[in-house]
Amino acid sequence: MKIHEYQGRDLLASYGIPVPSGRMITAASDAAAAYRDATGGNAGGLAVVKAQVHAGGRGKAGFVKLVRSEKEATEAATFMLSNRMKSPQTPPEGLAVSKLLVASGADIADRAGGGKEEFYLAITLDRATRRNVLIASREGGVEIEQIAHDRPDAIKKERLHPTLGLSPSAARKIAFELGMKGKQINQAADIMVKLAKLYVEKDCSLAEINPLVITPKSEKFPDGQVLAIDAKFNFDDNGLVRHPELTSMADNSEENPSELKAQEFGLSYVALDGNIGCLVNGAGLAMSTMDIIKLHGGEPANFLDVGGSASEEAVTEAFGIILSDSRVKGILVNIFGGIMRCDVIAQGIINAASKYKNADGSIGFKVPLVVRLEGTNVEAGRKLLNEARGKIPTMQAANDLGDAAKKVCAAVGA
Amino acid sequence: MLNRKEPGIRARNPASVPHLVSGISDFPSLPSPPMAILVDANTRVICQGITGSYGAQHTKGCWAYGTKLLGGVTPGKGGTKDAHGLPIWDTVEQAVKATGATATMIFVPPVLAADAILEAAAAGLKTICAITEGIPVQDMVKTRGVLDEMNSQGAGIMLVGPNCPGVITPGPKSTREGAGASGENPYTTSGCKIGIMPGYINTHISEAKLGKAVGIVSRSGTLTYEAVWQTSSRGLAQSTCVGIGGDPVRGVNHIDCIKLFEADPDTHGIMMIGEIGGSDEIEAAAYIKKHVKKPVAAFIAGRTAPPGRRMGHAGAIIGGADDTADAKIKALQAAGVTVAMSPADLGVAMLQAMKLG
Repeated sequence: MKIHEYQGRDLLASYGIPVPSGRMITAASDAAAAYRDATGGNAGGLAVVKAQVHAGGRGKAGFVKLVRSEKEATEAATFMLSNRMKSPQTPPEGLAVSKLLVASGADIADRAGGGKEEFYLAITLDRATRRNVLIASREGGVEIEQIAHDRPDAIKKERLHPTLGLSPSAARKIAFELGMKGKQINQAADIMVKLAKLYVEKDCSLAEINPLVITPKSEKFPDGQVLAIDAKFNFDDNGLVRHPELTSMADNSEENPSELKAQEFGLSYVALDGNIGCLVNGAGLAMSTMDIIKLHGGEPANFLDVGGSASEEAVTEAFGIILSDSRVKGILVNIFGGIMRCDVIAQGIINAASKYKNADGSIGFKVPLVVRLEGTNVEAGRKLLNEARGKIPTMQAANDLGDAAKKVCAAVGA
Repeated sequence: MLNRKEPGIRARNPASVPHLVSGISDFPSLPSPPMAILVDANTRVICQGITGSYGAQHTKGCWAYGTKLLGGVTPGKGGTKDAHGLPIWDTVEQAVKATGATATMIFVPPVLAADAILEAAAAGLKTICAITEGIPVQDMVKTRGVLDEMNSQGAGIMLVGPNCPGVITPGPKSTREGAGASGENPYTTSGCKIGIMPGYINTHISEAKLGKAVGIVSRSGTLTYEAVWQTSSRGLAQSTCVGIGGDPVRGVNHIDCIKLFEADPDTHGIMMIGEIGGSDEIEAAAYIKKHVKKPVAAFIAGRTAPPGRRMGHAGAIIGGADDTADAKIKALQAAGVTVAMSPADLGVAMLQAMKLG
């Protein structure tokens, strides 16, 4: 699950990590007041208006704008809320924007030797060591993947202790390595320790601050203030069950409706571009089924893992999801029962055949259906399907995985 | 010889099953147990979460396969018996004391499962099979940290999973007619199945046409079954099959199992099933090149998966250059491994690697 930038800022603030002032608005008429609040009533002060969508490429699309007056803020808000945002990461028709963030445009101190005091900070899982790792760089505000590739020395890493997390001393070491000085060091270390705490407690899979900046020196902050300007969070879906405060932040407006429906029934579904619908148990077998369809010249229409514990109802629902894709010209069911019983799958197929009527009102699948069953309760499953064969004339049984792929590819003319 | 009667799974009157009524001494050790890795016919097993619907169903399945499944744990139900007459304890410590178990099968719900693993480790169990799917990753980071610490002091704990089918060391099918031939009747005389895999598709070396056994290690459950099925139908046996699970933070990995298979005299070939995401298979390839003399065949699932999309397993996300299927296949081929390009060719690839095909 992902959350919006304004929600990420709130999350940082709730852990005491300083962020520039700002708030979310949904109407252009609120932009003037939001601008005044963000700039502390400072006429001509710099603020930024940003569209709140999950897709990237906002800046180039004109959906991130710097503004210096109430009028400019209102104009920017009006434009973003009444136009669809199009970028390489959005569908071709673009995305409607319903939420905007209006935030103070923090001043960033100049860096000795050129550039601005912008840093990158993130915590994620390092699968190789099975530990969480803090990643930091002096090169903030840019594509960190590119930096990591071109100049690996510019990336600092600190492994978190599996039970104790990030210690203040380890965080200070990173701050020194980033070239911070004086009071900046404890400010930055404090942010790192709090980010690590947030990352673990909220079951994140990624907690990223980019950029982390230092503001120019002021009376209150003689060495400048260390501030988080933008944040990105991804969450471990397995951990969400214990975070109702996070699930309530979910914004599903940008998600594929079929994928959402699948989630509701505990199915793992990813829409693809081909015409052979797949229904498989187990993620590895489901991926392999896609692979073997391609090897035989076909194109999978989806990845669908019914999981280990699906009910007949969920299996029937899975057919509904596959059949709702009008490009599907054939379906391959590949089940190797372990925890999943073949008779449950068979009954799900039979129920689906009577539930999803064809355009002419007939029941039974209009598209060819190839079924390969093996494993737990396979005899019972095959018996059920044999008895129902008259009702499902488009169904063929396959002996093994290779046979199944051949049959379904032949059936759709691939 | 085992003096265990063969009640079949439908006739579950505890009185007809010697060990259920008169205690664990009815399981004498085999004079020469079949060689295998992690578990064998003498492994004593309990189930954590024995009264849940999956725990109960698979306790029955494992028992029917011939596993020395001696009871289970459900906090608050200690002193009672399960539907098949197996004893239940409140804590793992009590269960271990009463049964002498060394292995456990965990079906505890996701947010409690990591603690169940730690409870098993603290009670001294050595082989911990965590079947549960959906354990939060951060729970596993902590758990793995604790287990690593214990193992650095010589605890010798092997965690299999989580989110895995478990471990099976096949036994010969029972002499009773039809026994062991199907999921309806999976009975064997001395197998050890700890987990949710269908037992009847496995083959013991005494019943394999080619007289050779392979060890199978896999990140994916149902693909493991596919590998077992294909090797069995082509005349091979399996020494032990380990489903290591699809989660990013887990217990044993490919290398741990390959190391054990290489050292096991009754394993004649090794089959490794990997998938996209992570760098385990790349590391395994380097290990095989350096240390493994036995023939190895492999398959990597997800060659056609579109980058950046999560395909069910938390682990199966394409990230860096090293974790694509093609990078893994290249590394394995460079290590002399026979790589099956199609999931329908797992058995064929194994035979080729062993120069039997």
